Amino acid sequence: MTKYEELVAELAPRKFNKMGVIWTIGLVVVVLIGIAAYIDQIIKGQIVTDMRDYVLWGVYISNFVFFVAISFVGSLTAAILRLTNKTWRTPLVRIAEIIALAAIIMAGITIVLDMGRPDRLLNLFIHARLQSPITWDVIIISTYIAISALILYFPLLPDLAILKDYFKDNAFLSKWYRILSLKWEGSTLQWAIQKKSIKVVALLIIPVALILQTVDAWLFSTTFRIGWDSTNLGPYFIAGAMVVGVGSLISVMFVLRKSYKLEKYITELHFDKMGQLLVFACLIYLYFNINEYLLPAFTAPKAEEAHLQELFTGHYAPMFWFVTIGGLIIPILVLIFPKGRKPFPLFIIAILVVVTSWWKRYLIVVPALLHPFVPIQGVPESWHSYFPSLHEWAIVSGTLAAALLIITILIRYLPIIPIHRTAKEMGILPNEKSEES
Amino acid sequence: MKEDKEIPKENSGRRKFLKLGFLAGGAAAMTGIGLNALADDDTTTGEKVKVLTSDGKTVLVDSGNIENPNCAIAPAHSVSRAEAREGMPGKKFVMVVDLAKCRNALKCQDACNKHHYVTGKNAWLKVYKMQESQETAPYWMPMTCQHCDQPACVTVCPVDATFKRRDGIVLIDNEQCIGCRFCMAACPYSVRVFNWSDPNQGAAMSADADHAPENSPEHAGHKSIKGTVDKCDFCPHMIRQGELPHCVTSCPNDVFLFGDAYEDTVTNGSGQSVRLSQLLEDKSGYRYMEGLGTEPSVYYLPPVDRTDNFEDGLEDYNEFQSVKP
Repeated sequence: MTKYEELVAELAPRKFNKMGVIWTIGLVVVVLIGIAAYIDQIIKGQIVTDMRDYVLWGVYISNFVFFVAISFVGSLTAAILRLTNKTWRTPLVRIAEIIALAAIIMAGITIVLDMGRPDRLLNLFIHARLQSPITWDVIIISTYIAISALILYFPLLPDLAILKDYFKDNAFLSKWYRILSLKWEGSTLQWAIQKKSIKVVALLIIPVALILQTVDAWLFSTTFRIGWDSTNLGPYFIAGAMVVGVGSLISVMFVLRKSYKLEKYITELHFDKMGQLLVFACLIYLYFNINEYLLPAFTAPKAEEAHLQELFTGHYAPMFWFVTIGGLIIPILVLIFPKGRKPFPLFIIAILVVVTSWWKRYLIVVPALLHPFVPIQGVPESWHSYFPSLHEWAIVSGTLAAALLIITILIRYLPIIPIHRTAKEMGILPNEKSEES
Repeated sequence: MKEDKEIPKENSGRRKFLKLGFLAGGAAAMTGIGLNALADDDTTTGEKVKVLTSDGKTVLVDSGNIENPNCAIAPAHSVSRAEAREGMPGKKFVMVVDLAKCRNALKCQDACNKHHYVTGKNAWLKVYKMQESQETAPYWMPMTCQHCDQPACVTVCPVDATFKRRDGIVLIDNEQCIGCRFCMAACPYSVRVFNWSDPNQGAAMSADADHAPENSPEHAGHKSIKGTVDKCDFCPHMIRQGELPHCVTSCPNDVFLFGDAYEDTVTNGSGQSVRLSQLLEDKSGYRYMEGLGTEPSVYYLPPVDRTDNFEDGLEDYNEFQSVKP
């Protein structure tokens, strides 16, 4: 076997081993439980959640914000880092795009789960009001789904053609790789078109991604509420998206590297670089957190003071400090040092970052709702607090499992690491003209 | 670049794709506009019916806009969806709440709950026990929807389910609401309630002889629908009959006054009318959270010169209940 054939054999998608099958079945079970809970919610109404008239948005919305934030990693790796023209990002780009696509699709689905009348979904298009931030959200999420799919698909074309040949003994797979490869032959014309297309999409996705995170923030900062009505919120969400996006990418790339034995391609250098990116993101996010939480305490009006006190020393204090120390301070302290950026410690920090990021969004959504301008009176005592019900946990877990399931399925059939590009960078392409971008 | 020159100028494949794309896009746009046009509920039939209005005039109305075209007089409480959206032109309804008179009798809340068949656990009208600080006096403050002139709720609704009418009233179309609750998040007065489960108004409504269920958001007792939002509507069905909202008439202490700002007159539950501008000037009326810029239609008169003790109101005060089962 030539070096090239060896490369293709190593990077081509493989059948799942026993762990993979168990993993997939487990995800499917969680998704099915979520669906069952959702059907119950449709029948009985959202009374099955713990949301009531004061905490009118709960984990469905914070989970939605979480997914939107993660989807930023696609544009960060595939587009923003592309501007630096460095080749070390090659093995990571596809994983990032897959994660981003799964996240933004699930964001679109998750927001429908929160609607009281999902049967009237089409009203969002038939009766759309352009002045509503939700309409902006519908537009930008749809756009981002399309553009993320394209930025995953265009660079895939040469690899799909390679797989069509590699799997020529498997009629089913070969047929589908052939159809999806759109008759890719690697001609000069095709390379030119592909290069231009990727350039256009990569340039477009940057403003779309930034607008997406900003519009997501504006769902909150276009209201009067204490804790939401902040001029800081747009950039704050962008920075937060960078943190959780990079954290998710590191988590997934560590698992894939181990399961598929890709140590040759995803090296310690990649973890080091990603670790540096993560600490950079965390430092920026820390800056925004200081602006958002610490500074208002300086001259806080009463309402602001009450909200901050809840977070610093009150009911939400344990969660707040877990999220701030575990999700920001510890990652920064550990990742400043090269030893902290070795694969395994970085993986642990990344998992910590992702988990704390989920709870961070909970802290953004829920406490503010319990500090309305007008005192909470005339409603049952249970309405003065909120904790997700079993239905909410089931549905949220279902959406998280569904996201992982989408990633799993895409990884099963697509090469995790771009084959053609890696071969080109290693200089082992069989003789053919190539204008890889 | 050399490769660019190799791309033929005539690329029929690309042109075909673009043509197809424009056609598909045009078709989608047409479908969208078509659906939008279909969504407009124009129920006119062309057939006119003579109708007697509440001020004694005879008018010709399209029978499609009347719920029961065989009835010579349009029933006071049946209004088409289109008319409910427009409201009563040439009027601007305002309410005045005299905090000096409120004793937390809660008759207003009871009447509102009853006549709107509120079955949830959050009333549309709540009387708050207010106290700005330990240093200032407590008082009772009834709060309805403020029917703002710059309503935060209307701005954020993505599906045009909540709207401001020509008479200033902000209504909710429960047939169009998708239950996203953004309006509830946006309202700084916390006046909106959500139907978390099936409101089950059936029993209460069928027992009420006056009730006639309609889809119009203008009709009191219109079905509350699971998964949609509700709130105070300033009782437009009562106004059309020449009556005052239920809270105004049921209050034993004449706390509420209601009227048309263009006529500069407001009337209380006992039937006494006063000049609105004079009242606001004499008693130094203000609007709640004026600084937010919502421009509410509800004015408050400060709680001064009260004849009763605030503590007397504590007897009926229940911090955790606003709808009696």
